[in-house]
Order: sequence, then structure tokens, then C-alpha cells
Amino acid sequence: MEATWKKHLRKETLPLPFCPGCGHGILLGAILRAIDASGIDIKDMLFVSGIGCAGWIPSPHIKADTMHVTHGRPIAFATGAKLFNPRLKVMVVSGDGDLASIGGNHLIHAARRDIDMVVVCANNEIYGMTGGQVSPTTGLGVKTTTTLAGNVEPPLDLCRLVEAAGASYVARSTVFHLEHLIGILKKALGHKGFSFIDALSPCPVQYGRRNLYASPAEQLKDLEKRCVPLEKARSMTQEVLKGRIVIGEFVCRGEH
Amino acid sequence: MSPKIKNPLPPGNYFFEGNQACAEAAIAAGCRFFAGYPISPSSEIMERLSWRLPEVGGVFIQMEDEIASISAVIGAVWAGARAMTATSGPGLSLMLENIGYAIITETPCVIVDVQRAGPSTGQATRPYDGDIMQVKWGSSGDYQVIALAPWSVQEVYDLTIRAFNLAELYRVPVFVMSDAALAHLREDCRIPEGVDIVGRTKAKGVPHFGTEGPVGVPPMASFGEEEGLIITGSTHDKSGYRKTQDPNIQKDLVDRLNEKVLSNAKEIIQTEEHFLKGAEIVVVAYGLVARAALAAVKEARLGGINVGLLRLKTLWPFPKEEIRALRARRIIVPELNRGQLVREVERVTKVEVVYVNRVDGEVMGPGEILEAIKKQ
Repeated sequence: MEATWKKHLRKETLPLPFCPGCGHGILLGAILRAIDASGIDIKDMLFVSGIGCAGWIPSPHIKADTMHVTHGRPIAFATGAKLFNPRLKVMVVSGDGDLASIGGNHLIHAARRDIDMVVVCANNEIYGMTGGQVSPTTGLGVKTTTTLAGNVEPPLDLCRLVEAAGASYVARSTVFHLEHLIGILKKALGHKGFSFIDALSPCPVQYGRRNLYASPAEQLKDLEKRCVPLEKARSMTQEVLKGRIVIGEFVCRGEH
Repeated sequence: MSPKIKNPLPPGNYFFEGNQACAEAAIAAGCRFFAGYPISPSSEIMERLSWRLPEVGGVFIQMEDEIASISAVIGAVWAGARAMTATSGPGLSLMLENIGYAIITETPCVIVDVQRAGPSTGQATRPYDGDIMQVKWGSSGDYQVIALAPWSVQEVYDLTIRAFNLAELYRVPVFVMSDAALAHLREDCRIPEGVDIVGRTKAKGVPHFGTEGPVGVPPMASFGEEEGLIITGSTHDKSGYRKTQDPNIQKDLVDRLNEKVLSNAKEIIQTEEHFLKGAEIVVVAYGLVARAALAAVKEARLGGINVGLLRLKTLWPFPKEEIRALRARRIIVPELNRGQLVREVERVTKVEVVYVNRVDGEVMGPGEILEAIKKQ
């Protein structure tokens, strides 16, 4: 029997366009499972996405209203749609380059307004579609096509950013921690206010092969190794946490 | 045409500045969403709508920049709104990216451009016809927009309403080209009993991004209508699916986006003729400059010069047939710039074309146009 969440896919758009080993397909599955488990009618949902590989996660694969917009702007488009029709359940799915770099201003202000929408950052720590350039979430020392000797700029912690700006639900997970990821997506969908989910999703083609991962599976395992649950991280020093990814729920305020 | 909607402002004569008339016209035209960012000399439009829209059940938001403003407008339109933003040259520059998005996704919206002296920050409170080419060519690719040029506060009101209707008819962004002087000029503005509103064409299950014929305008659904809308700024087929490699779909889309406007140019273009019959010299003018031009023409005619005025109320699509039809020996084009629309005039006519320009941020008076008329 087919899993019930698969009915939310437009079958004619399959297979997905993502490279072998890409995490974005897992993330798409997690989003649909969370929607299915929440009992939300997907017909009430609007998915807005920007430019880059992540922009193709909902568009056109999810059988609902989808809006694939210009680079960095999905949150601004979503803001207009949500304000005019508050009955819409709005989810933005886009990448780290889109949401954190070119669209950083919109991310900050939507969080400040605490506008009722879920923003999922499919964070692969690189610009995938354009050929593997450094992004604002690329770690120090990581090799990209624009940092051949290793990245010298410190990465941006998007969860801390939106928390400071006023987001009322903030969490991080990875496509490796599938059940955890589905759990926080579900929680975000049930939350009234601005929800932000930083979803780490590896890019084997642009990131993995330049940083000497033997295979997508190795990269995924390394992602797991880098992760520290928030509860555990609380008792760890900043020194020890350097280069690690803290996963969990950072902010959970107000109505659910 | 849908039935007349009740006008929220009681009919009558009002003493409005251009920006106030524009805001009231938007409400009368059924605009129920505005997103904008402060910029002189357009801000009074936003300020007025910030309290007027909630009064009529609409939504107002001041966004973080102009990029976000036009984005929110487009998002709201697809959520079912008639929506508008207002800005000036530098803000328009920021909006151009998503004006391109509105064009390729065929999103009806109204952009009021209260022009000021540029380039860049320029002189923020001085009038200029600085964006005549920016609205036409600023975004990437080939496209058509509609741009209307009012010459009075009354016409700011009338053409803003028309802008909303044209936007719906052709699913295209429509610009209202005001300027710093018209924005703050106070004049009588008659608000009529009600206005004719063109509603959005709906057709369930019909493709929203293509038509059978090559020049048609498809129907448009809104989010939440269970139409499973697939909207993208990438090249797409009639149903909205991205087609980023297919040469035929690219060609058909670009051709239709252009031809749906150009093939309806006759319906869109409005001009006004003054003393054109047998005129040997014709002044072609638009906006506030056309008022100075009319005064100059009248003055010259008193002096026995056979001169007329063709006033362009529509700048884009360009009224080339109307210019071509002029049987004059000389055409004079006065503008508050170093010559923007005049080049379009030159392109379509074989008649001698004379530039009259003012770039010092002052309004143009009849004197300098009269001088050009008198010059043999």
C-alpha cells in the first residue's frame, strides 16, 4: 500500500530533479509526512519558494498552490498572500543562499512581525544550483568554487538570528534525524506565529566531492557526527561546540 | 464589466493634491491591498492608504524595502486582491526585478511612479520625467507594460482607476506616471457616484498561463480555490510547469506576453487632440508639461501660428499610429528630461522632431515651448 503522504505529490513531476544523494528529497518527504500527520488539508496550503535547488522542493511537486518566485523573495511574497487571505496556511521552503544571503532582510522582518507562516530553510551550506559557491552558512575552512583554499568567513547561525528578530518558534534538525525533523515540522505547522526551521540537508555533488567525502552516505554520517542535541549542548563549552551543529527547539512561545 | 461597486468616499468635489487623489482612486477602483516603502515624493499615497484601507476592509503594510513591497503586492494579488504600490525612481529601480516576475506570471497590479529628479537619489522633491524608459525597459527580457500619464489631479484620479481595469483586462503591471509637482499640486477633483470595475476572469480547470490563440489573456484563479496553481518566474507551459529548455515554449510565451498588449494597443491608447486640424507644427506632450504646452499653443495661435497639441495619456504601448498620422512639418516634444519619449517619436515619424528639455528640477513653463514653436 502506498504511504498516505505520497498522495500530496504530483505524480507527473516525478522523479524528483535532485542529484543522487541530495537531502532535499528526504526533506520533501518529511514536510509531506508532517502535513499528513497534522491532519491539515493541503488544499488550504500555499507553498512559496525562491531560487536554487531548494526552490524546487515544493514547486511543482506538491499538489497544492505553489509559487516559485525570484531569488531571496519568497518570504515577502508569502507575507502579501498571508495578509490578504489569513485562511491560507503558508509555508516557505527555500535554501540558505536564498533565505540567509540575498533574502536576509525579509527573513529578519518577517520574524520581527511574527507573521503566521512556516519558513523551512533547506540548508545545504552551499550554492548548489549555480555550481557550488560559498554561502552564508558554509563552515570555516570548507572548500567551495569561490573559496578554493577554504572559507575564511564565519557562518551565520540562522536560528539565533531569527530568535533575536522575534520569531516565536525556532528549531533545527537534519534530514538524517528524520523523525526529529518531522516532529518539529509538525510542531511548526501547529504553531501560530513565525516558525523557522533550519533543516540541514547535504549536497554531495557541490559540497561533498570538493570536501573529500567518499560517498553521500559518508557525508550524511558526518552530518550526524557534527550534530549535538540542544539538551546536551547546554552543558558544553563554546570551545567544544565550535564547528558542531546544535539541533533541537530553541524557541517555542505562544499558541500551538 | 461587473456591477458598479459602492464608492467609499461620498461623491462630490474635493480639493485634493495628486497623491491624495491617487489613494482615493485606488480605493474606488477596488484596491484592497497596498504594500510600500517610504520615498519622496510618493509617501502621501502610502500614508493615506495606511488608514483608508483598514476603513474599507483592506490591508496595508509598510514593508522593509521596495523589493519586498512589490513582492507582497504580487503575493496578495494571487491571494485574490486588487493591489497597488507607489514609489519614485530609486524605489522603482529596486522593484524592477519583480516587475519582471509580474510580467512573466501575468500578475495584474498597479505601480504608481511619482517621478523625481535623478539619477540615483538626485533631487528627491523636484519633478522630472525620469522613468519613461525605466518602466519600459528596466527589467530583463522583452516585454510590454502599460503606462499612463495624467496631467491634472482629476486625471490622477481617473487614470489610477483605469490602471486597475487595464491591469485586470490584460493581466499586466500598469504604471501611473505622476511626478513631484503633480503629487503635491492641489486642484478640484470630482469624485463620481461610482466607477466601472473590470473583474478578474475566472474559469475553473482552465490553464492559467496560456491560451488557445497566440495573443490571448488567460483566466486567473486565486490561492485557496483548489485550482492547484503552479506559479513560476521561469519559462512555463500553459499549466505553469517550468520548461527551461524548450525553445518553442519560450518563444510562444514571450510572443504572447508582448502581443496580448500590442494587439490591443488601439483599446489601450488614449490621446487628446487640441487644434490638430491642419496644424503645421504639432507639440507632442504628456503629463504636467502638456499643460504648459497647451498654454504655449494657444498663445502661438493668437499670434497666427498654425500649431496644435497631441497629448499622450498613454505612453506605453507607445501611440505610434497617432504620431505617424500627424501631417505637420515639425513636431516639438517638450519633456522634463534630456529626451526620452522624444526618441520614440523620432523612430516612428519622418517629420523633423525638435527637443525641448528641462533638467534642472523645475516645472516647464509655456515660455520655453513657445520659443520652440516660434523658431523657424
